[in-house]
Amino acid sequence: MNLLDWLVLLGAIVGIAAYGTWRTRHTDSLNTYLKGNHNTGWVTIGLSVMATQASTITYLSLPGQAYENGIAFIQNYFGLPLALIIVCAFFLPIYRKLGVYTAYEYLGQRFDAKTRLLGASLFLLHRGLQAGITIYAPAIILSTVLGWPLNLTILFTGLLVIIYTVTGGSAAVNLTQRWQMAVIFGGMVTAFVVLLTKLPAGAVPIAGALGKLQAVDFTPDLKQRYTLWSGILGGLFLSLSYFGTDQTQVQRYIGGAALREGRLGLMFNAMFKIPMQFCIVMLGALLFVFFQFQPDTPVFFNQTEWRRHVAGPEGARLHVIEEKHTAILADKQVKIRAWMAARESGVPGDEASARSAMLAAQKASDAVRQEARDTLRAIDPQAKIKDSDYVFITFILTQLPHGVIGLLIAVMIASALSSKAGELNALATTSTIDLWRHFRPLAAQDEARNVRNAKWFTALWGCFAIGFALFVSFAENLIEALNIVASLFYPALLGVFVVAFFLKKVGGSAVFWAALASQVFVLLLFSAGKFYPAYEIGYLWLNPIGCAACVIFSLLFQAIIGQRASPPASPMRPAT
Amino acid sequence: MKPPSAPPPPEDPPGVPGFRTWRGVYQFVFAFFVLCVLLLAVFSRVFA
Repeated sequence: MNLLDWLVLLGAIVGIAAYGTWRTRHTDSLNTYLKGNHNTGWVTIGLSVMATQASTITYLSLPGQAYENGIAFIQNYFGLPLALIIVCAFFLPIYRKLGVYTAYEYLGQRFDAKTRLLGASLFLLHRGLQAGITIYAPAIILSTVLGWPLNLTILFTGLLVIIYTVTGGSAAVNLTQRWQMAVIFGGMVTAFVVLLTKLPAGAVPIAGALGKLQAVDFTPDLKQRYTLWSGILGGLFLSLSYFGTDQTQVQRYIGGAALREGRLGLMFNAMFKIPMQFCIVMLGALLFVFFQFQPDTPVFFNQTEWRRHVAGPEGARLHVIEEKHTAILADKQVKIRAWMAARESGVPGDEASARSAMLAAQKASDAVRQEARDTLRAIDPQAKIKDSDYVFITFILTQLPHGVIGLLIAVMIASALSSKAGELNALATTSTIDLWRHFRPLAAQDEARNVRNAKWFTALWGCFAIGFALFVSFAENLIEALNIVASLFYPALLGVFVVAFFLKKVGGSAVFWAALASQVFVLLLFSAGKFYPAYEIGYLWLNPIGCAACVIFSLLFQAIIGQRASPPASPMRPAT
Repeated sequence: MKPPSAPPPPEDPPGVPGFRTWRGVYQFVFAFFVLCVLLLAVFSRVFA
């Protein structure tokens, strides 16, 4: 990175944060602090929902995942539009009608205080754990490739987001997310266009022939991680939990001028999420083709880690692998060109044999990359052997012109800040409304004190996230780690909301114990799969199974109790 | 004789050109989703 890159990077990142802080510095109404300005339109809400969901992991890891395994991950988003339609039709009108600040307030009104506290606690536990990952993920990658000190990167991004989120609350989050999304869209489109100019003719058929463009898999196999069925059903429940019951998202759309704004903001996401994710995974698949034709394509993309070991006592072993990889890559290029020539000639027999030769070369290439990882792990058991997160950043740093490099690094940091801000805002709101106000009901009447406490909680959760990121070592495969953690905690929470909305006869005690039982059930199911791999199921399936378990347990417990343990209060009771 | 139940309150119109009800908006979004999945399935078939 040169001076121009630094100017673009700091101008975009610090400029947006400073603008957000300045514009919202006089926020002193609790409603504005927790829900944003009352005149927020659907475009801002839609972008805010999108920015909160898509963290750096989306823009950095997803192209790498597509590079490695193809674009099948897109199926993970198939349930999202369906979930958003359900949220728009059922969840959002109720939240707006009751005027709640958090989704868990609704549980308190529909059931009782203990169910509200359970919902809020599940959210705080799960989201609090993820808060550290959101801040750690970009920091570890950027500090590795750019040589920035890891702790300093975590502290810089963490403190920056704390400053403007504490100052302006939801109003600042909405305002900054709009501009951050502009930077993200601008940067990603630029990278895509530059990549297209560098690709050889016939790049898409090459990616397809090498197995990177299998977007939809109809296999009805529960063990297969991404299929059409797990995407639609598992993805539907995962998205329904996230958008309908996770305060991080609920807070983004319950504000706004009218119900219409929230609905349109969500429908905007329902329409554009799959096309947007398709562009991101296609970027990864096309990066794969691009790197097939580069003579210096590394055998292992985390070059910092690789070089560190090459310089060590076992460096000779790694040199041998590098040479083998260079030879295989050259041979693969020849095979790919031969396949393209055979394809153009139109002779089916020639095309089929050329394709077989190309696939054999690809297999040899995959094998040498695996050998590189295995050797690295054998030399150093602590070595980070997953390098797919470094594919896109390698392209950015080696192929893009100066200025654009700064813009793309700004994309990575802006996406981290935007999702982090949404999380802190939601954690602070739930802590203030569902915990502090619940235990200090008399203080709840003092608006200024409420705002002050919300600010303290925001700062507290921000510091917790920074501390967590500084002291905990996370799983290497971050995007899957996030989804797996979500799939462990969401199902029970979604089950409680499904019962609340659709099973009016079930009372608070039944659903409370059912939620606890289904949470234990999901954890046992997940652990059983880990200890006995024969019984392992794709993690997306935990969502419908856990939710169904909660609903069934609720009906069972209600039947045992025989009568409503705690009759639901009037749904129109004012929010506390 | 049972008194007639009160009709549900009228929904706010979506205010989107071409759509008079939210049901219409949801149907359009659903149809778009189905189209996306179909196009992706065709894409997989053509290039895989």
